[in-house]
Amino acid sequence: MDLREYSVFDIMGPVMIGPSSSHTAGAARLAKIARQIAGDDVKEVQFILYDSFANTYKGHGTDKALVAGIIGIDPDDERLSHSFELAKEQNISFSFVKSDKDASHPNTVRMVIKNKSGDVIEVLGSSIGGGNVVLKEINGMSVEFTGEYETLITKHIDKPGIIAMVTKVLSEHMINIAFMRVYRQLKGDMAIMVIESDQTIPEDVRIRIEHIDGIEKAIVVDSINKA
Amino acid sequence: MYQFSSGFELLELTKKYNIPISEVVINYEHEMTGDSKDTLIEKMASNLDVMKKSVERGLKEDVKSVGGFIGGDAKRLYDKIINNFTISGETVSKAVASAVAVSEVNAAMGKIVAAPTAGSSGVIPGALITIARKFGKSDDELIKSLFTSSGVGIIIAKNATLSGAEGGCQAEVGSASAMAAAALVELMGGSPEEALNASSFAIMNLLGLVCDPVAGLVEVPCVTRNAIGAANALICADLALSGMRSIIPFDDVVSAMDSVGKAMPCALKETAEGGLAKTATGIKLKMNMRE
Repeated sequence: MDLREYSVFDIMGPVMIGPSSSHTAGAARLAKIARQIAGDDVKEVQFILYDSFANTYKGHGTDKALVAGIIGIDPDDERLSHSFELAKEQNISFSFVKSDKDASHPNTVRMVIKNKSGDVIEVLGSSIGGGNVVLKEINGMSVEFTGEYETLITKHIDKPGIIAMVTKVLSEHMINIAFMRVYRQLKGDMAIMVIESDQTIPEDVRIRIEHIDGIEKAIVVDSINKA
Repeated sequence: MYQFSSGFELLELTKKYNIPISEVVINYEHEMTGDSKDTLIEKMASNLDVMKKSVERGLKEDVKSVGGFIGGDAKRLYDKIINNFTISGETVSKAVASAVAVSEVNAAMGKIVAAPTAGSSGVIPGALITIARKFGKSDDELIKSLFTSSGVGIIIAKNATLSGAEGGCQAEVGSASAMAAAALVELMGGSPEEALNASSFAIMNLLGLVCDPVAGLVEVPCVTRNAIGAANALICADLALSGMRSIIPFDDVVSAMDSVGKAMPCALKETAEGGLAKTATGIKLKMNMRE
C-alpha cells in the first residue's frame, strides 16, 4: 500500500492547461524553474529534448509549454498556448533540438539559456508524472530538487564555514530548512548548495546570503505551490 | 480523527459520525492541511468553475486538438441533443457530450482540472454537472459531491494507482468513473454504502481497460473513453440507487484493479507500443506526426 498522504487537491487537480500533466504542465514547470536559475533575464534558449519529449513534443504542446515557462508563465495560465508569440514580443529567441541520446528519464529536457549579460546557464530536468518535476543538473553539476519547496541555490567556493554562515542567516530569519544538499566537483573548487525550505525566502535574506564571503551567487526558486 | 485508507474505513467513519462521505473527506483534508472548511470549499468551488467553463467551451466552440486527430465532436453531439436526435436520450447524451467537450478542450491546450488526470478530465464534470442541472442541485451540493469523488480517488491512489503509465486506462478513466458514480449517488440522496457500490460497479465495468494512445497523444481513444466513463458513472449510480449491491466489496475491487494493472504488459500502459497505437493506421499516423 502507498503510505503517502494524499490531499484532496492532489486527486481533484491541479488546474492546468492540457493536454498532458507530464508533457505540458511538467514541461512548463521545468522551464519556469530554469528561468529563475538563469536570473529571470533570458535572452536566448535552446531546448534539447530527449526520448519521449523528443518524439511527441509537438502533439503535446511541450514546445509551447517550455517557452511559456521560460517567459515566466505558470502551467495553469491560458496564455501558455500563445507562448511563441509572447516570447517574440519580448525578443526572446528559442529553438528546439531532438537528441538521440538516452536520458535517465524519458521526459527529459536540457535548457541552454543565454541571459542578457551574456552568461550561459545549462539546466537539465525531467518531468516525472502528474506535473511533478525533478531538476537534475545545473551547469554540468549534478543536483536534485523538485521545486515543491522554496529553494535556495548557492554557487560558492568549497571551503569550511560557508554552510554554517548560510544556515545562520536563515535561522536568524526563522526560516526552517526542510532538506539540504551540497554538491561539488573538486575539493576547494566551486560547489553548489541546494536548500529547500518550508517558508518563503525574502529578497533581503537572499542578498545577505549572496554577500557572504565565498558565495558567488545565491538564487531563490519559488515553490511551485506558491503560484 | 477522520483519516481513512480504505473503503471500509471510510464507511466506518460515516457511520461513527453519522455524516455523508463528502463530510468525512472535508474533515480529512481539514485535519491534514489545517485549512479551514470554508477555505477548502472555496478551493473546490474554483475547481468547479474551471470544470464548468471547460464544458461550456467544448460544447460551443469547434475546438481543434494540437495533434489534429480530434475536435468539434462535442458540439456536433450537442446539436443532435437539442434536435432530439440521440438514441441514448437527453441525460446520457448530455453527460457524454460534456465529457467529450472537456476532453477536447484538454487536447486543444485549454484549461481543465485534472480529475484525477488530464487524460480522464472529462468524466467527472460531464457526469456531475449534467445530473446536477437536471435535478436542480445547487453549486454547494455539487461542490460537496466533488469531495465525495476525491475520497474515492484517495482510496484508489493509496491501494492501486491513478496513473495510466502504471495501471492502464482503467486507472484513469476507470477511477474517474468510480469517483463520479459515488458522487452521483450522494448527490441524489443515496447512502455511503450505495455510493461505494456504484464505484465498485464502475471499476468492474472498465476493469482491464488498456492505455494505448495513438501516436502517444492524449486524443485517440482518450476522448471516447471519457464518454464511456461518464455514461458508465450514470448507469452504475442508477444500479446502486435502486438497491443493487456489489457482491465483491469496493476494497476488493480496487485491489483487483491493482493486480490487473500490474499484470498488464508495459506495451499497454501509455507507452504507445501496443493496442490501437500499434495498428497499421496507428503507426502511419505516428510517422506523419514526427515529420
